Amino acid sequence: MSLALIAALPFLGALLPGLMIRAGRTTCALAAGSVTALALLMVGLHIPAVLRGEVIRTRIDWLPQLGLNANFMLDGLGLLFALLILGIGLLIILYARFYLSPADPMGQFYTFLLLFQGAMLGIVLSDNILLLLVFWELTSLSSFLLIGYWKHLPEGRRGARMALAVTGTGGLAMIAGVLILGNLAGSFDLSVILTQKEVIQASDWYLPALILILLGCFTKSAQFPFHFWLPQAMAAPTPVSAYLHSATMVKAGLFLMARLWPVMSGTPEWFYIVATTGLVTMLLGAVVALFKDDLKALLAYSTVSHLGLITMLLGFGTPGAAVVAVFHILNHAGFKAALFMCAGIVDHEVHSRDIRRLGGLRHLMPVTFAISTVAALSMAGIPPLNGFLSKEMMLDQATQTAWMGNPWLIAALATLGAMLSVAYAFRFIGHVFLGPVRNDHPHVPHDPGFGLWAAPAFLAVLVIVSGLMPMTLSGWLVATGAEAVTAGAAQVKIVHWHGFVTALWLSLGAIAGGFILARRYAPLNRIWLALPRPDATLFFNSGIARAFALAQGITGRLHDGSATRALAIAGVTMIAAGLWAFLGGSHSPGTRSLTPVEPLAPVGWLLLAGSTIGLVLVHRNRVLALVLVGVIGLIVSVTFVYLSAPDLALTQISVEVATVILMLLALNFLPKVTPPERLTRVARDAVIAGAAGLCAGGLILALMLRDFAFPGIAAYHIANSKTEGGGTNIVNVILVDFRGYDTFGEITVLGIAALVIYALTEAILKGGPANDRLLNWLPARGRAGDRHPMMFVIVTRLILPVALMVGVFIFLRGHNLPGGGFIAGLIVAIALLMQYMASGFAWAAARRSVDYHALIALGVLVAAGTGIGAWFNGRPFLTSDFGYVTLPPLETFELATAALFDAGVFLCVLGAVMLALASISRLAIRAGGTVNTRPFDIDPSQPEAR
Amino acid sequence: MEYLIASGVGLMTAAGVYLILRRHTFPVILGLALLSYAVNLFIFASGRVVIGQPPILTKGAAGYTDPLTQALVLTAIVISFGMSAVIVMMALGAFLETGHDRIDTNDGKNDGEGTGD
Repeated sequence: MSLALIAALPFLGALLPGLMIRAGRTTCALAAGSVTALALLMVGLHIPAVLRGEVIRTRIDWLPQLGLNANFMLDGLGLLFALLILGIGLLIILYARFYLSPADPMGQFYTFLLLFQGAMLGIVLSDNILLLLVFWELTSLSSFLLIGYWKHLPEGRRGARMALAVTGTGGLAMIAGVLILGNLAGSFDLSVILTQKEVIQASDWYLPALILILLGCFTKSAQFPFHFWLPQAMAAPTPVSAYLHSATMVKAGLFLMARLWPVMSGTPEWFYIVATTGLVTMLLGAVVALFKDDLKALLAYSTVSHLGLITMLLGFGTPGAAVVAVFHILNHAGFKAALFMCAGIVDHEVHSRDIRRLGGLRHLMPVTFAISTVAALSMAGIPPLNGFLSKEMMLDQATQTAWMGNPWLIAALATLGAMLSVAYAFRFIGHVFLGPVRNDHPHVPHDPGFGLWAAPAFLAVLVIVSGLMPMTLSGWLVATGAEAVTAGAAQVKIVHWHGFVTALWLSLGAIAGGFILARRYAPLNRIWLALPRPDATLFFNSGIARAFALAQGITGRLHDGSATRALAIAGVTMIAAGLWAFLGGSHSPGTRSLTPVEPLAPVGWLLLAGSTIGLVLVHRNRVLALVLVGVIGLIVSVTFVYLSAPDLALTQISVEVATVILMLLALNFLPKVTPPERLTRVARDAVIAGAAGLCAGGLILALMLRDFAFPGIAAYHIANSKTEGGGTNIVNVILVDFRGYDTFGEITVLGIAALVIYALTEAILKGGPANDRLLNWLPARGRAGDRHPMMFVIVTRLILPVALMVGVFIFLRGHNLPGGGFIAGLIVAIALLMQYMASGFAWAAARRSVDYHALIALGVLVAAGTGIGAWFNGRPFLTSDFGYVTLPPLETFELATAALFDAGVFLCVLGAVMLALASISRLAIRAGGTVNTRPFDIDPSQPEAR
Repeated sequence: MEYLIASGVGLMTAAGVYLILRRHTFPVILGLALLSYAVNLFIFASGRVVIGQPPILTKGAAGYTDPLTQALVLTAIVISFGMSAVIVMMALGAFLETGHDRIDTNDGKNDGEGTGD
């Protein structure tokens, strides 16, 4: 459980800073720091076991059917990265506490940071590669939030968008690659995949999988030609740059390459794609870095260059090169994080990070100068610092590797890259800290407080110590990490002196050459400025702009604000898709015998056809059209009765009443006549409608003329309705028992619909043009003189108890005979609506003691409570139970929990129908002005009426 | 019988589609109601039609029609009422808010009719 807990810890802890910020900024930082420290401690406890060569595992089944399980593992590689992520994370949290200004929302920052940390930790601890993908995407999302943390900066938002677009696109490619890989290996568990090298490399799908996965790695690790997002992401606050864009996130791509190294590497494809990309990236990044004037841009391109270096080493595919790669990952994280933090300090103190405006800071900021120098010299590979060690080992590997049969090409280019690296490192020191002291800084700088320089200073100490005693400080970690990458094939031996080998001369040559380049910077810069420099950002932006224009063009053409046109397009598409699917399949001839037609059926059909055609012809006369809709609804109800569906008939006929009342209420306000339309439109729509009708009719006919292709599940419900559900009305038992969960969802939706109607009404009545229009409403001509005719009032009141009784009766018998909660709810609703219609809204509302909202809520709660009740019997949600009870004077009757559930359905349906119609009535009151308080407009019992 | 039902479904679908392609709210509401009838009848009929065999367990019954499609359609009828009510309310709100009941926001630009009311 421990590993899953470690991975979950930052996510859980992400809640803390947001809450603790109320207790102050230091408390907030402490909260974030203690979460990270705890996770670090928990990882640390596993170190002895991992060093013994064990792999710690936690397995939790998530979606085993899909192969997606929350399986975690901790091996040497995971340990190295986990320590990096948490260790540097801790330093960043300290640094950010003093870096962020009081105006920045610090709680938000730490929450984002911890989310990112959790996602990153998840990547390196995942055993399941699908789980790894989930965390991979989470790093893209959380880094989007972090890069765009300063929301007011347009370049921050731009950088965040670009980073998300590039890494997100790569992530999409990677999903495809990982799915192919998992299918090749027969499992999505890394521990299985890593054993399937022969199978995977022999497959034809190896190359597609490799390219797709590498796309994900290269975009994430800013490899050429996807490197351009990283410098743009420098608009983020410096702690983010130091954490995400040097030490951790950009290493995720390297991590995955290292993780899959045992199965993917060693082929010519791997070598030429990975090593070449790495080499090009290393050189390109180094050249650009040398000529950048922005401190952070310089560091960003140098990061690109170093990432390229590591990629190249992984690409070599030899165990020796993999060891160097792992070693350099560790070294680079140390010195680059320190350098970013120093750049942040300079920016913080001088209020500028433009190298041209800096210089001579060594006297003003001696501490920062010392830290920066150590870190930069390590980056340059000056002995005895740790950067020297890994760089010399890298050059050694380069001399042993041939490219296309050319034995010196890689070594020469790698040396050139190293030389440039020395040059920009010297420039960083020389142009910022050395040189004449200036007094034209935007802000007179001095060293910051201990809090700000403590973190980089700690890293600088590590750089020195691990340089002096590499085997003691980092050797064991590199060894266990490299062992995991190369499956034990690597020998780790880090020493300063290899003798006078070629690599030593190359390394010394690079230092000398780099020094000369840095001294000759001014003329070189003039040449650089004169050269044409293609900017990848421009390509990206124009690509995005083109994609945007394309999307807009399509959207504009499909959806120009004309809903009817969009519907017509959707209709035609659906018809075409249906026809294509239907005609593309094979069909057996219809063998089912026809049901005989009794004389009544054609009469009903004629009524239906006549009303439907009539409706289309006269639909512009809205009141007449509504009458015809009512007729159609009635015939549909009759059809249900005729075709053995009494429940449906009862439901349909009661819904029909409610619907017609609803539409009549609406029509009170809407225009009574629809204006005519152009004949061409009518003809076009008639063609679409005719096609739709033919398709729907033809399809149902084809269905009805054939038997089921597979045995249906109806037989199960028929057989078990009485024995399992305790009811003989199978439809009702299905609703409240077999498919009770569906019904629960449906009454919830119905309740929500009613609340939406209520909310819409509230919005209209709150004010604005709609309310004004209602207040100025002129009643339509021909209003009845007597709004509440006496006979109607008396009859509805006499009928009310009877109607309620019918409702109760329908409800109670529902389990065994046609009826049930839905129908009973509708019947009672109609009985109440009659009171509204006859006696008036105000009179009826005054006599209503229950709120309709409460009825809906009660209904849903009763249904849910019934379902939850099953838990107390140790059964799943909504398991029903029933029994038979005998009370002496009565017959034996049945008690079923399903009846209670049905009561919930009843209440919810009643509440929803009443709330919907009552809401519309409120509009009428707003418009009508006069509200009755008495049941009759003309009361014969009053003397003045006589 | 099957031909009667199929032609009924076809007719109601055609009328429903025709009406929801109109440019004013009320015919669209009617069209949706008609489509609901058609779809409900469609789903119901996909259980195959049987006369005189309701799915109520009784002694000596010759057989039962498919209860499953009935259960599906029963809730569908109630939900379609909820949907109609929401759409009616939206139509009403839109009419009161804007003073017209056209549903195309680009009206008069490319469909010559001009103002509707």
